[in-house]
Amino acid sequence: MSLAPTPTRRKRHLTPYLLLLGPVLLLAAGLGYPLFWQAVTSLQEYGLAQQFGQPPTFAGLDNYARIFAENSVWAVVARSLIFCFVNALLTVAIGLAFALLMCAVHGPIRIAIQIALLLAWAMPMVAAVTVFRWLFDYRTGIVNWLLTSIGLTGFERFAWLSQPLTFFVVATAVIVWMSVPFVALSLYAGLTQVPDEVLEASEIDGASRFQQLRHILLPMVRPVLSIVLLLQLIWDLRVFAQIRILQDAGAPVAETNLLGNFIYELGMGRHDFGSASAVSLFVLALTILISWPYVRVLLKEDQ
Amino acid sequence: MSSDIVIDAAVAPATSPAIARGSSRRRRIKPAKLAQDALGIVVALAWIFPVYWMVLSALTPNARLRQMPPSFLPTNATFANFRRAVTDPGFLPALKMSLSITLITVFVVLVLAFLAALAISRFRFRGRKAFVLAILMIQMLPAEGLFIAQYKMLSNVGESVTVLGLNSVLGVTILYSAAVIPFTIWMLRGFVAGVPVELEEAAMVDGLSRPMAFLRITFPLLAPGLVASGVYAFLQAWNEFTIALVALPEQSARTLPLWLREFLNASVNRGVDWAQVMAASTIIALPVIIFFLIVQGRMTSGLVSGAVKG
Repeated sequence: MSLAPTPTRRKRHLTPYLLLLGPVLLLAAGLGYPLFWQAVTSLQEYGLAQQFGQPPTFAGLDNYARIFAENSVWAVVARSLIFCFVNALLTVAIGLAFALLMCAVHGPIRIAIQIALLLAWAMPMVAAVTVFRWLFDYRTGIVNWLLTSIGLTGFERFAWLSQPLTFFVVATAVIVWMSVPFVALSLYAGLTQVPDEVLEASEIDGASRFQQLRHILLPMVRPVLSIVLLLQLIWDLRVFAQIRILQDAGAPVAETNLLGNFIYELGMGRHDFGSASAVSLFVLALTILISWPYVRVLLKEDQ
Repeated sequence: MSSDIVIDAAVAPATSPAIARGSSRRRRIKPAKLAQDALGIVVALAWIFPVYWMVLSALTPNARLRQMPPSFLPTNATFANFRRAVTDPGFLPALKMSLSITLITVFVVLVLAFLAALAISRFRFRGRKAFVLAILMIQMLPAEGLFIAQYKMLSNVGESVTVLGLNSVLGVTILYSAAVIPFTIWMLRGFVAGVPVELEEAAMVDGLSRPMAFLRITFPLLAPGLVASGVYAFLQAWNEFTIALVALPEQSARTLPLWLREFLNASVNRGVDWAQVMAASTIIALPVIIFFLIVQGRMTSGLVSGAVKG
């Protein structure tokens, strides 16, 4: 190709840029402009008056100062972070347990577990949350019936979704149920890469099952483990729709809002676009902070 | 929105040879092994239960669902619930909306992601690294951190160009495509890079032009990658809720997930007709589940693949 005459070469220099033109325009329209608008608006007084045509006025960091001076926003931030960590850790712990279990059971049972996991994984989010609302329905839900029939009569007509704590129990149940399959199957794939000989050698040396787990299996799947944990943290920080649909059942909204729901309320409810933009940028910054190690791993893969 | 459902090729083989060998060699019936099998059965049943319960409830008359104790097997199954769900006046418009948005998104994403994948895996150019870094970062951005701005953008654009504004198919399609494309570019990049350039060059030696060589040699080899990316885009657009919630406020413009939510909430005050709601959920979930199960073995995620391969 080094023999190519100059004109073709010039053309080849241009080709990648032409190829990227469409994708870049799409990203600029769908994400770039909203991001830019958001950054500008977060520095502006942009509320109900602007909705009705008044030009927004520059307000510096007022939105940030005002919104982050409210206790309510820090309550939401704390709630979101706790929710995120609890769900991510729970998901990864259960996923790891499932992966180890899949390695231990006989073939047909392993396949049964895999089918169950794939079904849960494939469920559309809205359908899954709807099903969990039915499972936890206060009147005829199966969970209350089950708990009542094993003697916990306190759960007769117990309204899970109308108190913050039990609300988040249900939310955690849906999210963990939906997220475990990805973690379990990824970790299982990682575990099957551990050579059989290593395990057998350690068995001959007298290692117990727990020692094998602690000193061989876990260190070998650590790269996968850290990636799935990171991804879960990122995904669980952005939980919005699940909470929203569960809130429809009559939950106390102010006490069950996570960050996404808080932004939705600021923007769509109160039309305070300045503050909504400020909180949105805060969420984006948080996400980038958490996802940076993961992006670095991917970048390495590119080389 | 980009990564709610991730498909991993590593998942596909049901039994790895190593594990299968190991377990058969140690196959003496030990009580510990039996306990593990029992636990495995319990776990599988527990995880499948919500899906089973959804389908079972959808097949049960609502009057029966209100009786206690519940029935765990389908007795006198009926399709009446499905009939009532699909004859809801909102269903067909929502189906049409979902299909239009999803199909256009798949098309736009496939074409543009393919071009971009080509650019970054076949060319070395200034700005390539920045572009790769940008799509990786964008891929992580949550819709929940942008949707208010996206709503404002569509509502502003809609004032002069209605077909791109709120409640429009095209407006939402642009948002969906932009959300899905970073991951699909990344996915396709792997497929394009997997086809050796030498194949193309050999065809060029034989007299084909570069575009023709690409079209005749490389393109057919990319088919599995395109299918995988297309299905990924389909699932994302079909299931999306958050952006649809803000960008499609009008009743007549709802997609299926929005319809399901309102179908459920419509009856919330006078006691939900769960049989009907579960039928509606099943209708939305079933095509996705089937699609997902068929293709998941052939798809690669790139998400953890690097780590799995070590």
